[in-house]
Amino acid sequence: MIKVGKQSIELNNVYVHESGVVVGPKEGEGPLYPYFDKIYDDLHIGGEKSWEKAEMRMFKDALDICLEKNNKNDKDIDAIVCGDLNNQIVVGNYVLRDYEIPYLGVFGACSTSIESIIVGSQFIEANNFKNVLVGTSSHNATAERQFRYPTEYGGKKVDTSTLTVTAAGLALLSNRFSDIKLTRATIGRVYDAEIKDSLDMGRVMSIAAFYTIKQHFDDFCISPDEYDLILTGDLSFYGKDMLIKIFDEYNIDMHKNYNDCGLMIYDRDNQNVLAGGSGCGCCAAVSYGYILKAMREKKYKKVLLVATGALLNPIMVAQKETIPSIAHAIVLERVE
Amino acid sequence: MNQKIEKVKKETSPKRKVFFNFIMAFIIGGIICIIGELFTMLFIKLKVEKDIANIYSVIVMVFLGSLTTGLGLYDKLGQIAGCGTIIPITGFANSMTSSALESKSEGVILGIINNMFKLAGSVIVAGVVSGVVVGAIRYLLGI
Repeated sequence: MIKVGKQSIELNNVYVHESGVVVGPKEGEGPLYPYFDKIYDDLHIGGEKSWEKAEMRMFKDALDICLEKNNKNDKDIDAIVCGDLNNQIVVGNYVLRDYEIPYLGVFGACSTSIESIIVGSQFIEANNFKNVLVGTSSHNATAERQFRYPTEYGGKKVDTSTLTVTAAGLALLSNRFSDIKLTRATIGRVYDAEIKDSLDMGRVMSIAAFYTIKQHFDDFCISPDEYDLILTGDLSFYGKDMLIKIFDEYNIDMHKNYNDCGLMIYDRDNQNVLAGGSGCGCCAAVSYGYILKAMREKKYKKVLLVATGALLNPIMVAQKETIPSIAHAIVLERVE
Repeated sequence: MNQKIEKVKKETSPKRKVFFNFIMAFIIGGIICIIGELFTMLFIKLKVEKDIANIYSVIVMVFLGSLTTGLGLYDKLGQIAGCGTIIPITGFANSMTSSALESKSEGVILGIINNMFKLAGSVIVAGVVSGVVVGAIRYLLGI
């Protein structure tokens, strides 16, 4: 591993193996449904009594599927790095009671899917560990009750609001060869778009996405053409639009190969999802589910994944503070 | 923040459809009020005194607001109506019922009872305080 430029690293022996992705009903009706391992058709995820338990069940399923697809059991795993949106990242804390896996909990809001990959990959790159699981989850109802209003509250959601994706995704990182290699990573720093509106998160995060992507290009001296696809986590409609326009100002063309997970996971024209999807599960389901498989199907060779997180805390927003944001990037490459 | 980003941030700031929202709130909020009024008229027809009839219709509207919340319809209506569903008393019922439903998983005392007024509490406090203030003004001016 070597440091490149200001915020980036280059990795040499980290490979991404099979993943497990479990989603809820609305995601299962979306265009990417063939790429998910399991789809639940009710938001209670098989009739669980609370939303938190529902999210845990989804995470546990994704973990079991991931282990099974990789022909591993929990004793083969050296560590798991994961996190979610709930206070004290409860999902990992509770689900992992039943597994013999050393656990590192991380929180990066919706950037957790990539943050966990960057953290987990370091143990492998350093040749300390062989198999590390990384992952995250989010549930529409647990996020709504924690960050916004009760799910049945009759207030109007504005056009810029996004729908928290109900999904859990885990992937196995290993030093054993596989056809997808983790080659680069850029760690983002905290930015503040000076926006106080917690219903306009896409635009809050687009600034962090811009700086991280720009820094990535600068660190490696490359342009967007380097990649077949550049994918941000959950900027959704308004954030994506803003990000493209910021790059236009800098004369960097992001029109050709850039997309956003929040717009891919749902069919925004036919599903009632406002500005699109958001949440930890959004980037996890699309990148661990769709992207890995699409790369193996030879649709893409080199992909830049940028997970964006709005570091929202309802108490700080009530105290009239703005919402900071962060974005982390990794590069996945198909190797022969 | 640098000027280029500030410029894009201003340009892309989404415009809210205020006029359209007003119209929808007026129509759907109006319909809810008409329903309430029809109940009042019905109770008066049933030979209930006018003041009592008002109270009865409030009870019916609160019941309907809670019922439609429980059936998962009120939030869908709210998405179209905006303030039209929040201002009438059905909105008050919705804020209490939705909080209660949401907290059901934490049990009766720590969950439902504790959280029922999470959203509606502000309305009660504001109502009581403004009642005291207006009452005091009225008393002092001897109206």
